[in-house]
Amino acid sequence: MELYQKTAHQLHQMLRKKEVTSKEITRSVLDRIQAVEERIHSYITVLPELAMKQAEEADGRLQKGDAEPLTGIPVAIKDLICTQGVRTTCGSHILENFIPNYDATVTTKLKKSGAVFVGKANMDEFAMGSSTENSYFGPTRNPWDLERIPGGSSGGSAAAVAAGECILSLGSDTGGSIRQPAACCGIVGMKPTYGRVSRYGLVAFASSLDQIGPFARDVRDAALLLTAISGYEPRDSTSVNLKVPDYRESLVNDVRSLVLGVPREVFGEGIDPQVESAVREAIRTLEKLGAKIVEVSLPHSEYAVAVYYIIAPAEASSNLARYDGVKYGFRAKGARELMEMYRETRSQGFGAEVRRRIMLGTYALSAGYYEAYYRKASQVRTLIAKDFEKAFGQCDALIMPTTPTPAFKLGEKVDDPLQMYLSDIYTIPCNLAGLPGVSIPCGFSPSGLPIGLQILANHFQEEKILRVAYTYETNTDHHLRRPNLESE
Amino acid sequence: MKITKEEVEHVALLARLKFSEKEKERFVSQLNRILAYMDQLGKLDTSSVDPTFHAVSQKNIYREDTVLPSLNLKQTLANGPDVDRGFFRVPKIIE
Repeated sequence: MELYQKTAHQLHQMLRKKEVTSKEITRSVLDRIQAVEERIHSYITVLPELAMKQAEEADGRLQKGDAEPLTGIPVAIKDLICTQGVRTTCGSHILENFIPNYDATVTTKLKKSGAVFVGKANMDEFAMGSSTENSYFGPTRNPWDLERIPGGSSGGSAAAVAAGECILSLGSDTGGSIRQPAACCGIVGMKPTYGRVSRYGLVAFASSLDQIGPFARDVRDAALLLTAISGYEPRDSTSVNLKVPDYRESLVNDVRSLVLGVPREVFGEGIDPQVESAVREAIRTLEKLGAKIVEVSLPHSEYAVAVYYIIAPAEASSNLARYDGVKYGFRAKGARELMEMYRETRSQGFGAEVRRRIMLGTYALSAGYYEAYYRKASQVRTLIAKDFEKAFGQCDALIMPTTPTPAFKLGEKVDDPLQMYLSDIYTIPCNLAGLPGVSIPCGFSPSGLPIGLQILANHFQEEKILRVAYTYETNTDHHLRRPNLESE
Repeated sequence: MKITKEEVEHVALLARLKFSEKEKERFVSQLNRILAYMDQLGKLDTSSVDPTFHAVSQKNIYREDTVLPSLNLKQTLANGPDVDRGFFRVPKIIE
């Protein structure tokens, strides 16, 4: 197996035994990028020089014996997480040349851990989308089928891990933007509890929903990266001051004492039969492994997409007001007065979906409509959160599909925003309630497209999720399959 | 609820956006489809339900009022699209 195909924990063992150097691993990943990037387009910016320099530093640490689990491991970072001195575009024309003067908290944490930054991953503009087709820099393709989308909005981060263009990556999840692309690309993607990871330096989309999380090839790697990025940070006052567990300790191959809930609503209308059969099979597997399976109900989850597409655009319309062509970013040329400059800058600088959501959000917050849309949605959000509260009174974790269908084709939904929004139907409720969730591979369609199993737990119970995910993974082999990019 | 072309124009002004006639028409039809979908929320009686603005609610987060390093002038202006003598330059504001 090539170095770029291995997991971080395998590479860590090899590094510690001096069987390999970080420079060799990083070279292997950079060569892989060279070989496949033209077809996949996982990256907006590749950082070969920075990566080799960090790899050399990591090798120095390894020599001295003070290596951490991520020291010397090549990582990709979604391009809305600030990296000092490295362009951070958010997938947008308006930030095409933006070079942050500071690091996000997660960037600082990864630098301290000795991780190697191979590149800034492609994404839907401002994380708005479910297919990565909304990137100003062009779409990312699914490594399992180049005609299909990798999911979104963290499609670049997911595709890079699946294609061997990095070992681990960071994404962000506002309505499913980590879990949905993880499902589409056949890897592990985790959204932590709201507040578990600091959002300082994460370019804001919808502040009450956004959360940074890991992508990895197995559950152990996801636990490593989650441990590295979690924790309270005073500059994000919504980050929560709770001790961070070492999530490796949750990797217990045993679900016998756990009760797993299956929401009866998820196998309704709109689910692809291939997804349904793979997820039902996964439920049976967990039952055979000793988990008790119970049926629960999330009666308000059918309203989640409507609630989300009011609240998220409303918050976005406010957050994105800062892009005014004055302090940073693109400014349209030729405007003679200020209002014209604002309107030209924003209309030329934002893509179609971002403008659509700003319009939707501004409308939902505007005089006369606030009560009917924003307030109403925020009330229904309470009902959705209460459904989960009730469900977690009956079970330890919920298991369900991540997406209603496997990855769809590029172009299939671009002209129909509502259809695109509905692809997030299983992932959105979790964000509205602030819960942690993971997607892990649980099978493949007959044509070889990955299918994801979603596991959710109550606030700050990432450990339960990891335990269920690890047990499932240890007893199955879906996570070992890799896309074949050599035959092209 | 139905959104009209005039409302699209008004909201575009509030949002500091600008659209061509063709784009406005497309927006009217797309936004109306999306808003029709949102209308299903009207089926729920929420008269006694408190709204949720933060799913993991915290109250009164205080910190010591200490001065920490911040960006200097050069760093602050580094990404400005039009910068002159330590200022951001913008088109004329006052008539």
